[in-house]
Amino acid sequence: MSAAATPPPEDLFGYAIPGPPPAGYRSHGRLEHVLRTGRFAVTAELNPPDSADPWEVYERAAVLSEVVDAINATDASGANVHMSSVGICALLTRDDLAPVLQVSCRDRNRIAIQGDVLGAAAMGVANVLCLSGDSVGVGDQPEAKPVFDFDCMSALETLRMMRDEAKFLSGRKLTEAPKIFLGAAINPFVPPYDFRPRRLAKKIAAGADFVQSNYCFDIDILREYMKRVVDMGLHETCFILIGVGPLASPKAGRWIRANVPGVHIPDAVIERLEAAEKPKNESKKMTVEFIQQIREIEGIHGVHVMAYRQEEMVADIVIESGALDGRKKAQIGIAGLRAQQERRMESIRKRRAAAEAQAKPSTKVD
Amino acid sequence: MYAVRKWSVTHARGLNRFYTLFEKAVVGFAPLFRAIGYDRLERPVAAVEHGEKSLLIDCQMCGQCALSSTGMSCPMNCPKSIRNGPCGGVRPNGMCEVKPEMRCVWVEAWRGAGTMGEAPIMEVQPAIDQSLKGRSSWLKVAREKSAAGEAE
Ligand code: SF4
Repeated sequence: MSAAATPPPEDLFGYAIPGPPPAGYRSHGRLEHVLRTGRFAVTAELNPPDSADPWEVYERAAVLSEVVDAINATDASGANVHMSSVGICALLTRDDLAPVLQVSCRDRNRIAIQGDVLGAAAMGVANVLCLSGDSVGVGDQPEAKPVFDFDCMSALETLRMMRDEAKFLSGRKLTEAPKIFLGAAINPFVPPYDFRPRRLAKKIAAGADFVQSNYCFDIDILREYMKRVVDMGLHETCFILIGVGPLASPKAGRWIRANVPGVHIPDAVIERLEAAEKPKNESKKMTVEFIQQIREIEGIHGVHVMAYRQEEMVADIVIESGALDGRKKAQIGIAGLRAQQERRMESIRKRRAAAEAQAKPSTKVD
Repeated sequence: MYAVRKWSVTHARGLNRFYTLFEKAVVGFAPLFRAIGYDRLERPVAAVEHGEKSLLIDCQMCGQCALSSTGMSCPMNCPKSIRNGPCGGVRPNGMCEVKPEMRCVWVEAWRGAGTMGEAPIMEVQPAIDQSLKGRSSWLKVAREKSAAGEAE
């Protein structure tokens, strides 16, 4: 893919910048910039808190922010309620971090989705990922009404229309279009395998600029998939990021395989963890190996790290895998990164303490 | 009528050909429909359409039939109403994420597409118009195609 004539500055995180994005760009976001300049991108998922405390979000983001190009704010994934994606994006943009707003069609109709995206873009969110969403039945509140007014494709088409034609689906004009880099999900690891590359083609036709895949634990299936994708030339019109992540234990692996829709974990992976003395370390090692293998496959532009409840591992995994090699961040090494993370944490603690001190007097009512 | 629904997918090509001819006939009747009045016809025609399509394909009367692009497997039987499936949750054995006792309608659609050719299933279906639910898709086609024909 061709680089833009005037690339945005290196440290751009995607907060609201007036004016149109650089030529050939959709957004002011850092993720798009990294991808369009041909570097291997790294994104990671932030596990949203079950809490109204903003500092929990900042602390979780701090362990990721030094090694990623964007942080995915999940939208009640697995149909479990947590802090909303829009809420997390609002917090992250306040701290100049670059989030990916996840929009699931399960919980909101078209009116809510279009409004949320405008709001997110106004806050400086540069990336939006459209998902159909897991069914309510797998979550903690199966009594909920599933919405599914849009599917992921019609959501993509609508958001693209808002961005490129500056209008809502109804045709009503926007005074300012959202400058967003549009994403979608792919899952090469579930049937019908031969239709999966074609479905990616459909998502690209509907407006996907980038895609992030579900967990990859099976390199052979990925290779087959990518062979087709490259034959079809899809990697030239869309950036492809492959999902990876460590398993906390062999037991967790079995549980995920049985209970989380769409995650394919071959027996060999679970057996390898079972045979290991320290399964957690082994899983980390395996994730590093997966990233290295994924990087070798033609047509792949980055990885998406999902370390559920193990975010502290992400920095090690990313650095050890060499995914950031050649980038400034990688040169400071893991110790340097840890120090940066610690500085960020320290500043969060200070700001938190200051905010709490300030909050106290107002509880008194004269 | 799950068994009949499966039969319909297996015979997607023949069924689609039949529907294409049928559609032409329906469009041919457009002047008559107009004379009687579409509003007056809506209820009886919708009832007949529902009867026939529920038997063959478990029709949910979305009012904007996409069957010819979905291998004769009705996407409205997808519990997530995905009109551009399949989702990423399909089980390893091809069964539905939400209803494990049902084959994913989009795995079926891809099977149906095998007999109908690939082009139709590659079309991106637009956002569904929820206000058409329960209305006749046949009359919609008659109205739109005859109007388009006149405009040409
Ligand atoms: S598995 Fe198939 S039928 Fe079930 S929800 Fe997903 S797309 Fe719909």
